[in-house]
Amino acid sequence: MTAKTTTTAYEGVIGLEIHAELETESKMFCGCAVVDSTTAAPNTYVCPICLGFPGVLPVINKRAVEFAIKVGLALNCEIATVNVFARKSYFYPDLPKGYQISQYELPLCKNGWTEIDLPDGSTKRIGIRRAHLEEDTGKSIHVGGSSLIDFNRSGVPLLEIVTEPDIRNGIEAEAFGRKLRAILQYLGVNSGDMSKGVLRMEPNISVRPVGSTEFRTRTEVKNLNSIRSVQRASDYEIERHIKVWESGGEVVQATMGWDEARQQTVLQRTKESAHDYRYFPEPDLPILNTSREWVEAIRAHLPELPDTKRDRLMKAGLSRYDASVLVADRPVADYFERVMQAGADPKKGANWIINELFARMNKAALSAERVNEQKVSPEALAGLIKLVDAGTINNNAAKKVLDAVFAEGGEPSAWVAKLGLEQTQDTSAVEAAVEKVLGANPGETDRFCAGEEKVFKFLIGQVMREGRGKFPAELANDVLTAKLNARCGKS
Amino acid sequence: MSLTREQVMQIAELAKLELTESEIDQYVHQLSAVLDYASKLDALNTADIPPTASVLPLQNVMREDAVKPSLTREQALENAPSAIEGQFRVNAVLD
Repeated sequence: MTAKTTTTAYEGVIGLEIHAELETESKMFCGCAVVDSTTAAPNTYVCPICLGFPGVLPVINKRAVEFAIKVGLALNCEIATVNVFARKSYFYPDLPKGYQISQYELPLCKNGWTEIDLPDGSTKRIGIRRAHLEEDTGKSIHVGGSSLIDFNRSGVPLLEIVTEPDIRNGIEAEAFGRKLRAILQYLGVNSGDMSKGVLRMEPNISVRPVGSTEFRTRTEVKNLNSIRSVQRASDYEIERHIKVWESGGEVVQATMGWDEARQQTVLQRTKESAHDYRYFPEPDLPILNTSREWVEAIRAHLPELPDTKRDRLMKAGLSRYDASVLVADRPVADYFERVMQAGADPKKGANWIINELFARMNKAALSAERVNEQKVSPEALAGLIKLVDAGTINNNAAKKVLDAVFAEGGEPSAWVAKLGLEQTQDTSAVEAAVEKVLGANPGETDRFCAGEEKVFKFLIGQVMREGRGKFPAELANDVLTAKLNARCGKS
Repeated sequence: MSLTREQVMQIAELAKLELTESEIDQYVHQLSAVLDYASKLDALNTADIPPTASVLPLQNVMREDAVKPSLTREQALENAPSAIEGQFRVNAVLD
């Protein structure tokens, strides 16, 4: 964000750290099932390995490695041949071994990039520094003077993805978050449900004067449970940093928490000294060799990814931005494809989804990815568009039908009949309505004749209202134009 | 190679150990001796030996992604010093 304060213009410098659980059947190093840790009964999917008992032997889950390679390839990363796992030592009750098995010097994926689409129509490439495999920790809740620990999540495969500090503001952070989530969803490795914590994004934020290449002290923000909060928290921190520097102060390196209710960051802890994790090679795991044959076999089976789908939708006539909005969530992309398959014109389908359906969902507090939880099926939406195309109903009537289907479900054609919205082909009814409107608005008629053409908009609005959604727009236009011209004595 | 008292105190801090003054002295001596012994390896010429992270004569040990039965919750919590509501209980750690 460039903010012009007193003297200096600043820009944000943001790198994102993302933790994505890989939704395999079993855990990273043991056979316990990967379950929804927000609903499963605590400590029912645990064993001596993920509880960190002494003397046990972890064994790598092959599919977890495959999932991680898929993500690396989708993010245009180099995939390492030689993989070494490392122990990252620290004490915390949700980490029963006293160390986390992770990767350090030799991550599985590095030097990648992805391109984000921004609302102004521009695109930007964001670098991916690395992505490595590790295991998730347990979960702790704090009750009174105690912490209660559930280890169901302990040992779930986790991919840590770190971007380059290429992101400049909250909008870019949000666009990147959406893009990455879409890639994970398309690959089928992660549901993208941030509210359940299976996908976690933490921005590292600093600011600097525009034009400078320095890196100033950064803060990290945690507790972000939606991509929207990633955007808001990023912009909030950027503004906060600018205020601190502008008032002659100095930003302190710290971990901040996002307070969703108050829409602000709060200090969690300052980093007095860098952690000493004492990484060393995990002696229980032999070196993992990811052969070129394996990597290429995985590449050959990658599904269609968001960028490819976006390009395909653009070829079908959509603008780049509309296409990128539709592909941003896997459920929305699938919904749109079904609208097209049901025979709707792609461009009209995109408009109805983005401008009309999303607006209604937004009012009902449904985010875009929950498109399958509302009552307008893709087939119903396609049917509605076809009713407009056939001239059975006009656009305004179609919006009323959409309201009805959205509220109560059902077939658009049934609602057209029920609400009596079918367009009339009766020219005399339109003529009568036009006469009535002109008769009731002599002043407007005179102003139109005097050259004030924008009055036409008002008058046509009145005519359409008389028709209660039943007049075909083109017919009403023609009749009104003819009658006005006659009154003005022009023809 | 000789460790300093500060280094020993830092190691103790990382291991969450509380040491008395005399224990610190003792470990300065003992840990330095361990490092001295290991440093005998420095005498070897390793110029032609590629670095490795493992001494195991194994590679690519992986398992298929198949679920196996877990412990019952009773078994999992059996040895816990304190448990409540099916969870392990420890003194609150708020970081």
